Amino acid sequence: MGFWALNVDTVLVSLLMGVVFLFFFARVATRASTGVPTGMQNFVEWIIEFIDSSVRGSFSAKNNLVAPLALTVFAWIFLMNLMDLLPIDLVPMLATNFGLGHFKVVPTTDPNATFGLALSVFFIVLFYSIKVKGVGGFVGELTLQPFGKYGLPANIFLEGVNLIAKPISLALRLFGNMYAGEMIFILIAIMGSTWAGFSLANATLFSSQVLLSLGWAIFHILIITLQAFIFMTLTIVYLDMAHQEHH
Amino acid sequence: MNINATLLAQAIMFGLFVWFTMRFVWPPITSALLVRQKQIADGLAAADRGKHELELAAKKATQELRTAKEKASEIIALADKRASEIIEEAKANAKNEGDRIVAGAKAEIDQEVNRAKEGLRQQVATLAIAGAEKILRREIDAKAHADMLSVIANEL
Repeated sequence: MGFWALNVDTVLVSLLMGVVFLFFFARVATRASTGVPTGMQNFVEWIIEFIDSSVRGSFSAKNNLVAPLALTVFAWIFLMNLMDLLPIDLVPMLATNFGLGHFKVVPTTDPNATFGLALSVFFIVLFYSIKVKGVGGFVGELTLQPFGKYGLPANIFLEGVNLIAKPISLALRLFGNMYAGEMIFILIAIMGSTWAGFSLANATLFSSQVLLSLGWAIFHILIITLQAFIFMTLTIVYLDMAHQEHH
Repeated sequence: MNINATLLAQAIMFGLFVWFTMRFVWPPITSALLVRQKQIADGLAAADRGKHELELAAKKATQELRTAKEKASEIIALADKRASEIIEEAKANAKNEGDRIVAGAKAEIDQEVNRAKEGLRQQVATLAIAGAEKILRREIDAKAHADMLSVIANEL
């Protein structure tokens, strides 16, 4: 499969998650009342206030894009990660019945998804770096520090690594965590899959699978939220750095 | 696990989602939150103001009550005074009237007594004259004796 191949599973699930997120939030947004909020609006406002306080805490400049961007990043990544908690073989099995083999239900275990997000964030960061500091300021930041103009090659190397490391670490952290988590779910699921009639060994394996997948799933609730939160926070921080006039 | 066009699709979706959020989701909700925040702040301020006003009103009410009580007791004292004055006056009037009536009655009694005396005198005179007339019919001049008897009657 060449570059123009499309991972249907990733695109479909992430599209679905994005639509779910936007559907609920837009529903609340169109009906947003200034009176006493109820149900769904409470929940949405809770999230909005949480994102807003995060943005206020980390982002000092003024930019109307950052908070909605952070909300989208958080909610979308959280929902995509959430697919990890579905029974591991359920969706692939259903998809196989519809003719989609090897269906991966968690988009964030596909590096295309995480790099797609991270590179988008990276280009937004570059855009604002150049917009705020000008081309000269941005190039100067890359070439004239930390060693001054006589250490230019070293500066370019260090700052270049610094710059490139941002999207790569962003993408790989999310991918690695979700991929490893999914891998462990798979390994746990294998334990009971050797079931062949009732025996002590089979029963032990089966009950270990139940207990372990329960424990890992509960732990994973924390991980998926945390990863979404980290991605969002780093996005805000990188954008804040893009707006900082030198350090 | 290849990097392929999925990445681009993801980036495009991301861009659209962010645009949508920025355009249709974030502003209405945050503005609603701001409006509500302001409403709550205003409400609390109004409540504070109301409480303050209530305190002032209560203070004013107790003051009013006190002055009203003072005024009422003043009025009662005045009324008491006036009542006793009226009673004194009435007593005095009644006494005067009584005296006057008694005096009138006495005068009338005196008059009556005088009149009765007068009548008696007349009758006594007449009786005496009649008696004397019967006794002294023959020899005594009736006229000279009547004069003498009327002089006696006058001395009664």
